Amino acid sequence: MSSKDPLGSDNNPLCVAVVGSGPSGFYTTEALSRSEHVVRIDMYERLPAPYGLVRYGVAPDHPKLKQSIQVYEKIAQSPEFRFFGNVNIGRDIAVADLRRAYHAVVFACGAETDRRLGVDGEDLPGSHTATEFVAWYNGHPDYRDRVFDLSHETAVIIGQGNVAADVARVLAKTVDELRHTDIARHALDVLAESRVRDIHVIGRRGPVQAKFTPKELREFGDLEDCTPFVNPEELLLNASSEQELEDKKNVNARKNLELFRGFSQMAADKSRRCRFSFLKSPVRLEGDGRLQQLVLESNRLEGEAFRQSARGTGQMEALECGILFRSIGYFGIAIDGVPFDPRRGVFPNRAGRIMEADTAVAGLYTAGWIKRGPSGIIGTNRADSVATVASLLADLPALDNPDSKAGAEAIMPLLERKGVRVISYRDWQRIDAEEVARGATQDKPREKITSVEEMLAVL
Amino acid sequence: MTTFVTDNCKACRFTDCVAVCPVECFHYDDDMLYIDPEVCIDCSACLPECPVQAIYEGDDYPEDKEEWIAINAQRAPELPVITEPMEPLPGAEERKTELGF
Ligand SMILES: Cc1cc2nc3c(=O)[nH]c(=O)nc-3n(C[C@H](O)[C@H](O)[C@H](O)COP(=O)(O)OP(=O)(O)OC[C@H]3O[C@@H](n4cnc5c(N)ncnc54)[C@H](O)[C@@H]3O)c2cc1C
Ligand SMILES: NC(=O)c1ccc[n+]([C@@H]2O[C@H](COP(=O)([O-])OP(=O)(O)OC[C@H]3O[C@@H](n4cnc5c(N)ncnc54)[C@H](OP(=O)(O)O)[C@@H]3O)[C@@H](O)[C@H]2O)c1
Ligand code: SF4
Ligand code: SF4
Repeated sequence: MSSKDPLGSDNNPLCVAVVGSGPSGFYTTEALSRSEHVVRIDMYERLPAPYGLVRYGVAPDHPKLKQSIQVYEKIAQSPEFRFFGNVNIGRDIAVADLRRAYHAVVFACGAETDRRLGVDGEDLPGSHTATEFVAWYNGHPDYRDRVFDLSHETAVIIGQGNVAADVARVLAKTVDELRHTDIARHALDVLAESRVRDIHVIGRRGPVQAKFTPKELREFGDLEDCTPFVNPEELLLNASSEQELEDKKNVNARKNLELFRGFSQMAADKSRRCRFSFLKSPVRLEGDGRLQQLVLESNRLEGEAFRQSARGTGQMEALECGILFRSIGYFGIAIDGVPFDPRRGVFPNRAGRIMEADTAVAGLYTAGWIKRGPSGIIGTNRADSVATVASLLADLPALDNPDSKAGAEAIMPLLERKGVRVISYRDWQRIDAEEVARGATQDKPREKITSVEEMLAVL
Repeated sequence: MTTFVTDNCKACRFTDCVAVCPVECFHYDDDMLYIDPEVCIDCSACLPECPVQAIYEGDDYPEDKEEWIAINAQRAPELPVITEPMEPLPGAEERKTELGF
């Protein structure tokens, strides 16, 4: 094999499998396509539908953000790219099989579960994760049958990041404000019957540490039938928080505080109220067979500026509520055959190279939320994927293999044997067109097909 | 709702913003960058990346920067797209200090 051309040339193309079709999967593909090397990229996605959290996470009333899909559609047209949907890596295909078929595998499979609070009563009926609720209203096939009981007036959200803001806003909006979005029909029907009037968004730290971005927070001031509210006393700051505010880079915190101050002055002249409260941690959830009240402990902040943490003061209060959403962060899921950090919920890596103890595992890479942890917005994953691809390309000489790599041609027979109906990009385009057509009759950008069987039936 | 680059970017051009833009809507000339409002999805990713806070979004900008909305809209479409960070212009670090960042 000494006459073989270097890896990444016409006669010896670099074969890469990308696992996951969210932003990081597509930006990885883009960076590989743009390199000077000859590459073949096969993307595997466990669902028939691509785009990960852009389709199943981003809120239905934020359609502009979903326009990043147009970029992914363009990337998907590159001749070296193929899409294999409805294929679950780890279940349908073992990681070892992928490694045999490709020079490199890039895991861009996101963080699909959630962090736990670790308090008593967390699993009472009526206590949910934001992850489930978001996936449900966005029509994710795994969550379409979840039941959310919105018959009680008070709903609580724990956590103060943008996901908490999404959940609160969906609960705060009237159905008319959501009707013409791509929200799943089953969700619209349940929300139409919602009796929720009081929404509490509770943070363990103070207003300066809230993780909302100002643009998202500002929306609460413009809702049709809901007024935001903050108790002005909760906006009094300690010295370290004042210091955090003064930092020139901390623009978001300054804007958020200004918005909270505005909220504290607003007349409550609408039928729903969304209250932001601070310095409170859930201690336990109580109820007879289902959630009836939440016990909270007040906190004070300790530590120097930008490293302040919440410490309980021992002062307790109870809040009656019918439903609660934990929105304290997503968490990655392990895949057999890939090292996993159970504490952080990520694939341990250095610059995208997956590590086992202190050694890089040959040919395994990672990008996006499963690489960094569940933070950062769509664009963050572009810079992140570019960095992973740079590591991969720097390893080219080591990735070369005397046997050429067959790519998907080696994987397809395995899938056939298992009876997996593989979805091509063209198949997906037909499902996509069907969704858009179903939406058009209801003046929605699309009506998502929410079961895998029904998606396959379109084909 | 628009996101736009202002004159703080001039003679600086660190281009950290470009690396995180999900839709490639930054364009450039010899002096600075411009955002094409027809392509930008207002995702705010670029704002915290800019070391000199040259980018503004929504209605949230100082009055004297307003003219830059029109300048971005006009200049961006006639200039080349920038998709990957470039070397900062010479003197960029000094200018950053000068602007107080
Ligand atoms: C509720 C919510 C709202 C958000 N809203 C915004 C927003 O408005 N604006 C913004 O910029 N960012 C937003 N974000 C952040 C943004 O969605 C993420 O930064 C981004 O989606 C992460 O990309 P990723 O590719 O790493 O993961 P994901 O988008 O999660 O993609 C992972 C993909 O991998 C697939 N997969 C998982 N396991 C397997 C397997 N075993 N085999 C095959 N495929 C697999 C999944 O099905 C999924 O399609 C939001 C996030 C959440 C949670
Ligand atoms: N519109 C958008 O642009 C948009 C929409 C949705 C999501 N996103 C992005 O997606 C990413 C994930 O968002 P996210 O909201 O899931 O995460 P996040 O921004 O990290 O927020 C998590 C929140 O949970 C709190 N928390 C964590 N552990 C807790 C505990 N044990 N008890 C009480 N509170 C706890 C955190 O408080 P502490 O600060 O005290 O830890 C924080 O307020 C973010 O980068 C976000 O910006 C963006
Ligand atoms: S990061 Fe800021 S200064 Fe640098 S190029 Fe972008 S907008 Fe201009
Ligand atoms: S707001 Fe988002 S889409 Fe617009 S220029 Fe900035 S990074 Fe690009």
